[in-house]
Amino acid sequence: MSSLDNNAQYPVGEHPNWEPPVSNVGVIGWMKHNLFSSRLNTILTLLAIYLLYTVIPPVVQWAILDADWVGSSKADCTGEGACWVYINVWWKQIMYGRYPDAELWRVQTAYVLGLVGLIPLMIPNFPKKKWISAYLLLLFPFMAYVLFSGDNLGLKLVETPLWGGLFLTLVIAITGIVASLPLGILLALGRRSNMPVIKTLCILFIEFWRGVPLITVLFMASVMFPLFLPQGVNFDQLLRALIGVALFAAAYMAEVVRGGLQAIPKGQYEAAQALGLSYWKTTIFIIMPQALKLVIPGIVNVFIALFKDTTLVSIIGLFDFLGMIQLVNTNPDWLSFAIEGYVFAAVIFWFFCFGMSRYSQHLEKKLHTGH
Amino acid sequence: MKFFNSLAALAVLGATAVVHVASAATLDDVMKKGFIQCGVSQGLPGFSNPDEKGNWTGIDIDVCRAVAAAVFGDANQVKYTPLSAKVRFTALQSGEIDILSRNTTWTLTRDTSLGLNFAGVNYYDGQGFMVPKKLGVKSAKELDGAAVCTNLGTTTELNMSDYFAANKMKYTPVVFEKADEVVAAYDAGRCDVYTTDRSGLAAQRLKMKDPDAHTVLPETISKEPLGPVVRHGDDQWLDIVKWTLFAMVEAEEQGITSKNVDDKLKSDNPATKRLLGVEGDMGEKLGLSNKWIYNIVKQVGNYGESFDKHVGPNTPLKLTRGVNALWNKGGLMYPMPIR
Repeated sequence: MSSLDNNAQYPVGEHPNWEPPVSNVGVIGWMKHNLFSSRLNTILTLLAIYLLYTVIPPVVQWAILDADWVGSSKADCTGEGACWVYINVWWKQIMYGRYPDAELWRVQTAYVLGLVGLIPLMIPNFPKKKWISAYLLLLFPFMAYVLFSGDNLGLKLVETPLWGGLFLTLVIAITGIVASLPLGILLALGRRSNMPVIKTLCILFIEFWRGVPLITVLFMASVMFPLFLPQGVNFDQLLRALIGVALFAAAYMAEVVRGGLQAIPKGQYEAAQALGLSYWKTTIFIIMPQALKLVIPGIVNVFIALFKDTTLVSIIGLFDFLGMIQLVNTNPDWLSFAIEGYVFAAVIFWFFCFGMSRYSQHLEKKLHTGH
Repeated sequence: MKFFNSLAALAVLGATAVVHVASAATLDDVMKKGFIQCGVSQGLPGFSNPDEKGNWTGIDIDVCRAVAAAVFGDANQVKYTPLSAKVRFTALQSGEIDILSRNTTWTLTRDTSLGLNFAGVNYYDGQGFMVPKKLGVKSAKELDGAAVCTNLGTTTELNMSDYFAANKMKYTPVVFEKADEVVAAYDAGRCDVYTTDRSGLAAQRLKMKDPDAHTVLPETISKEPLGPVVRHGDDQWLDIVKWTLFAMVEAEEQGITSKNVDDKLKSDNPATKRLLGVEGDMGEKLGLSNKWIYNIVKQVGNYGESFDKHVGPNTPLKLTRGVNALWNKGGLMYPMPIR
């Protein structure tokens, strides 16, 4: 290369292929292009580096280097850093609440049963996905219910006040997700229906549930509702919360799905009608597959919001994941570890929400068949 | 919060309108279902909090366990319903729980208008002030002009403003929704003083970076008698809970503990014999077995034992008996005679 002369003249078409200048390729080129392309960008980059420098080392120092990882009591937390022993000691309660030790295998079995269905669904081109979905949506909730609450098939009854921790969060979130999608689709169709009664009912339902905050729904379900029941008749607290969460999410889901329906051009309906398809065939085979695909980000948004909203159930005396973390922090022996608890909660919540978000992006890409 | 308070008020109104004419005897219901449903807090150190095995423990829990011991002879026949401050009374009114043992202050309004009865006091609390030692403040009277951290919308806020107004002092309230936020703000120096109930101060102090750098001032600016609550209109059940409390204190007064209760069965002292059911029919008068106090003391302990185990000087909370000492030791714990 060095023999090549920059200023040399070459005949047309015989100019050799030179390497790009060193300052335009590789790490340096990337930095020059993206970080230091102008004066303002240079200042912003330096500021950002300074910010990261002030934040990251202390966090790493606290969370990892100075942290105490092993032990079984508060005395093992001598360091300046985080006391992960705390999470360790209370692990069982944070994960399962007060579910009896001897029965924990039932929750774990249900987790495995759920994953057995979920993992193949995520693998592209796995055969018989329809059957797996049917298993997950119809058979699995039933099996999980039997396993969790028991009182039949020789399983001991485990009452819902003993459920708690991440387990309860998953129960509420998954019930909400599984119930709200079909319900939301039906509501969305109802709202666009030509039948006045159905249309009015759907609008009333959606606008009512969208009009009240979830915390009020839960509060009413837990405080007002029992007063209208005869004394001695008790409706399970968790069931009340589950119904509230599911209906609430369904109303939001309905509006998301309706957004998708509105984006489908009229020609699609007309073409389907011209082929002689009935309303349901049109909806199931022509409209819905296109509409749902369009609103995947919106649907996942509702799921993620729902997952995070489950923490509100702590106001009605249920101990979800976050509630349990706050509860175990009231043990007099472990009072000073609120931060560890919250950090742990944040990490787990992030893990779930980010997971859902990534999967939805993957779905979008896969289903983006173009028109 | 105002919104929820009015909602709660509405709920209570509903309760009194629908009126659950205090139906059948709670004792019969409880006997039939085989356990006591006990409303507790959502975690309050030393009063009701979970232990590492997931069981509820604390002095509020011990009240429920003692009633279970008196009724069934087995302190473990209790199920707990954790309740937030807002739903606790409704849960009792609607019959979801049999006893509310959840650090609830006995006030006239609650006793009358909510359709409830307070069965007694198991902890005399009161609002206090905590300050950093380095401020050198020795009395709450010196707090003129201070910034005070506290929780939003509780009686704590009201007591504080009353106290400062009565003493013609100025202050700046720094108010937060959650206890954790209040502690964090105080610990970060955003205010000079932290005020809440004294038992709460003891617990929150442990959350500070350096608990020893803070001190609780001697003044107590409010009365917070905390005790178990039952539904209005069931006198037998009220009696059982009330006398269970007295029995625990009386046992301490007579020096009967969970360790020596079996020896005390052989005691010649007529009062002890009566207490432990060796003689007399104290239990039958309540509709219980005559061994009821024996069962309480054997399985739960006397009042002093319960106090020491959960909040006393040997626990992290390090609360002294103070006004919660027996009446003959300068405190307010005065059991009515069991005879």
